Amino acid sequence: MSIWLLIVLALAGLGLLAWGLRWAGRRLTGDRPYWRDMPYGVALGYVVAAAAVIWAAKIYFIDQTVFFRWAVNGFLGFALAAWLFRLLGRHLGPAALRKQFRQMPLTASFGILVILGYATMAIFAGWIAPHGQAEVFDVANALPGVDPRFPLGTDQIGRDLLSRLIYGAQNTVGIAFATTCIAFFVGGSLGFLAATLGGWLDQVLSRGVDVLMAIPALIFALLLMTIASAWAGSQNWLLTLYMILIIALIDSTRVFRLARAVGGNIVVMDYIEAAKLRGEGLPYLIFREILPNATAPLLAEFGLRFCFVFLTIASLSFLGVGIQPPLADWGTMVKDLAQFINFAAFSPLTASLPLMAAGAIALLTVGINFVVDWMLQKSSGLKE
Amino acid sequence: MSAPLLKLRGLHIEGRADETWLPIINGIDLDLHRGEVLGLIGESGAGKSTLGLAAMGYTRDGCRISAGSVEFDGLDLINSPASTRRDVLGKRIAYVAQSAAASFNPAHKLINQHTEGPVQHHVMSRAESAADAVELYRRLRLPDPEHIGFRYPHQVSGGQLQRAMTGMAMSCRPDLIIFDEPTTALDVTTQIEVLAAIRDIVEQSNTAAIYITHDLAVVAQMADRIKVLLRGDEVEEAETRTMLSAPQQDYTKSLWAVRSFQRPAKAAVAPSTTPLVSVRNVTAAYGKTPVLHDISFDIHPGRTMAVVGESGSGKSTAARCITGLLSPKQGLISFDGTPLPGDYRKRSKMQLRQAQMIYQMADTALNPRKTIGEIIGRPVQFYMGLTGREKRRRVEALLEQIEMEPDQYYSRLPGELSGGQKQRIGIARALAAEPGFIICDEVTSALDQLVAEGILKLLARLQDDLGLAYMFITHDLATVKSIADEVVVMKDGRVVESGPKDEMFRPPHHPYTDLLLSSVPEMDPDWLTHLLEQRGIDNIGDAAVDRMQDESSVQDR
Repeated sequence: MSIWLLIVLALAGLGLLAWGLRWAGRRLTGDRPYWRDMPYGVALGYVVAAAAVIWAAKIYFIDQTVFFRWAVNGFLGFALAAWLFRLLGRHLGPAALRKQFRQMPLTASFGILVILGYATMAIFAGWIAPHGQAEVFDVANALPGVDPRFPLGTDQIGRDLLSRLIYGAQNTVGIAFATTCIAFFVGGSLGFLAATLGGWLDQVLSRGVDVLMAIPALIFALLLMTIASAWAGSQNWLLTLYMILIIALIDSTRVFRLARAVGGNIVVMDYIEAAKLRGEGLPYLIFREILPNATAPLLAEFGLRFCFVFLTIASLSFLGVGIQPPLADWGTMVKDLAQFINFAAFSPLTASLPLMAAGAIALLTVGINFVVDWMLQKSSGLKE
Repeated sequence: MSAPLLKLRGLHIEGRADETWLPIINGIDLDLHRGEVLGLIGESGAGKSTLGLAAMGYTRDGCRISAGSVEFDGLDLINSPASTRRDVLGKRIAYVAQSAAASFNPAHKLINQHTEGPVQHHVMSRAESAADAVELYRRLRLPDPEHIGFRYPHQVSGGQLQRAMTGMAMSCRPDLIIFDEPTTALDVTTQIEVLAAIRDIVEQSNTAAIYITHDLAVVAQMADRIKVLLRGDEVEEAETRTMLSAPQQDYTKSLWAVRSFQRPAKAAVAPSTTPLVSVRNVTAAYGKTPVLHDISFDIHPGRTMAVVGESGSGKSTAARCITGLLSPKQGLISFDGTPLPGDYRKRSKMQLRQAQMIYQMADTALNPRKTIGEIIGRPVQFYMGLTGREKRRRVEALLEQIEMEPDQYYSRLPGELSGGQKQRIGIARALAAEPGFIICDEVTSALDQLVAEGILKLLARLQDDLGLAYMFITHDLATVKSIADEVVVMKDGRVVESGPKDEMFRPPHHPYTDLLLSSVPEMDPDWLTHLLEQRGIDNIGDAAVDRMQDESSVQDR
């Protein structure tokens, strides 16, 4: 029997099951409104979801595929941790915080937990990490769990991966945070200025930003970094400083756009007119009247922008022009260990070496986006 | 008597706020027979709109019907299946929303939106419905009924759009139409046309209607019976005439009494006194579009000058010229004898302090992220240089002046106040500058009548205490009657007529003033009928304005 016939038969079976489910629901509950008004699509959704769960259980318990098991375990573990964290938040701390936690979806508490974890790692890296980030040992390419000294193994020249992951949080996240802050200060101020004053200043700034935005961001950054590395010579700290400034410049254009749009909606309000007629100066208008009303969208954008900056740094490091060795960085770690991914079919543990740094990047990105989503939903006024 | 068309019994509706369900409607009974018009009145927050929607078995998001029944022609609208309800809604029950501009889809032509209902409900084919639309437009007295349907919503005026929406509600010939404040956002001259059109078409088709409004004079023209609501409870219900002549409850009486507020007239100004604000031959334009043509008027200390006119007549632009937001092309504005620079940026702090402004929409006039203390405290600090405890004492004194408890409100945010309270904060902010002159731009038009009356009384008292001069921009002639000393009538950027109030409300008038005055609804239920008999259907509202325009352009030539 051909595979296509099988698929068609399976789909038809699901369709029949859905119809039967709705019919049974109506009979068993005596035509309760929920079942009575249920569209067919909803019933089909239930059946398909149930089929997917059964299939996943089969892969997990019967096939025992390693990566799938890791993913499911990780997912369930994180969900449980987030749930416990939220439970904790609901019963501890001041009343205002407890109220926040009560209204919080699980995704948001997961994001906050992840961010807190990363922040702790970055701040206390020197105390947490078992070894130094540039310390080289005699065991190269050790697998996770083999040598008790190196719980996550070592890289190809014998540096402890766990320590490098922890220091990587400090370098990558710290630099990304600084970059985002600069981008927001520059882009935000100029954006509000353009919105408030308008006229030729607005035109000059906006067109300048248009020009910068017209060039693809990563290629532009790569180009500027090449120039910067010639200027910096062998001084690594100078190159890092240039990198921060270059990425901040490129990302501030996006912030400028948002700040100008949000500011444009606020400056037409009567309270701004009242402040102008009072004779208030520009700094008061921008920082005391406009900024408090723009914090919600700017904060949400801060989270997103942080992710992008972070990924840009990792990409630049992966390409070899970002954070320079021996400083630990997740992008560089993925690049150095990338060839091990080829062994995934034979030895999952070997393949996990590059996946750890990649997972660290992915986890933070997902966590921040969850928090941002939550803040966006809150600021959109659905629930205050 | 036959069974009622719509029967609401013990209806309770709750709304979700801050993790609890709060009651919005507490057990209301309502009966409506075929061909009958029921007026629902009450302040905002009384639950009028919620009740209107509940008559269709529908509640807004975050609300629920917690008890009671809604029966439409024997059909239980709450418990019947969704498919049954779909057959009834739009076909046998129609809804006309307050803002037609926001309710029409801007991307489709009027007639295409009109035919959607009948085609969907298999009442008529598209062609039949389109022909019917033209007929309805004619009966609603829309100009050029053959072709107006082929315009987009932004291409017709607000009053026409509201009539087109009424036509759309009629498209399936429903048994019941719910009108939710259909004329609240319109000018008096436009409102009167819409009222006449709605009343005729409802009478001709023997349709039952629920007419929701907060304007008593309007409901008196439209309804057979009136039901008064207060915070989700029924206050009383009676035939319109009975209700108007002999209201039973105190609350109803207070509603009826609102329009009686009238401050005593002041003595005429001595001709030699210097006006506080003097506008001389001012002409202004936005870009190349001329808005004001040769405007002149004087405002004297301690007096109120009302500027009246429809939207677009240049009232607010005149205010913008005085405040300096728009530099006049020609002419001179002087304050206390001294000429003012045209641009507010060139004025001194003293000059800015002397003229303050109170806005129409208190929501946008107060920064939502600042506490009341900060909002009022800023001008105190900025102009008077007070800080710390002195500033706080001054703000508290101002709050007391506007009759609000300082301890309770000092650290609240504007979002935690009611509309009337917000407007009071706007007044306090203006007072904080200790000005001699305040521009009030439609300050009461967004408020309920009872609240508006409170604001007017407050403004009058402040004027007596502090000797303020007001420029009162409004389109509501009832407000003018109650508060003004002098009146300026504006139309198309020109001053049509001006003078002391008593003269203005006594004939002979300029024809435009006459039209404005006669368009203000009165509490007499026969007022609209009489007016139509007197003037004829084509001589009211915008039609009359247009004719006036034609005549005057002939005269110009």
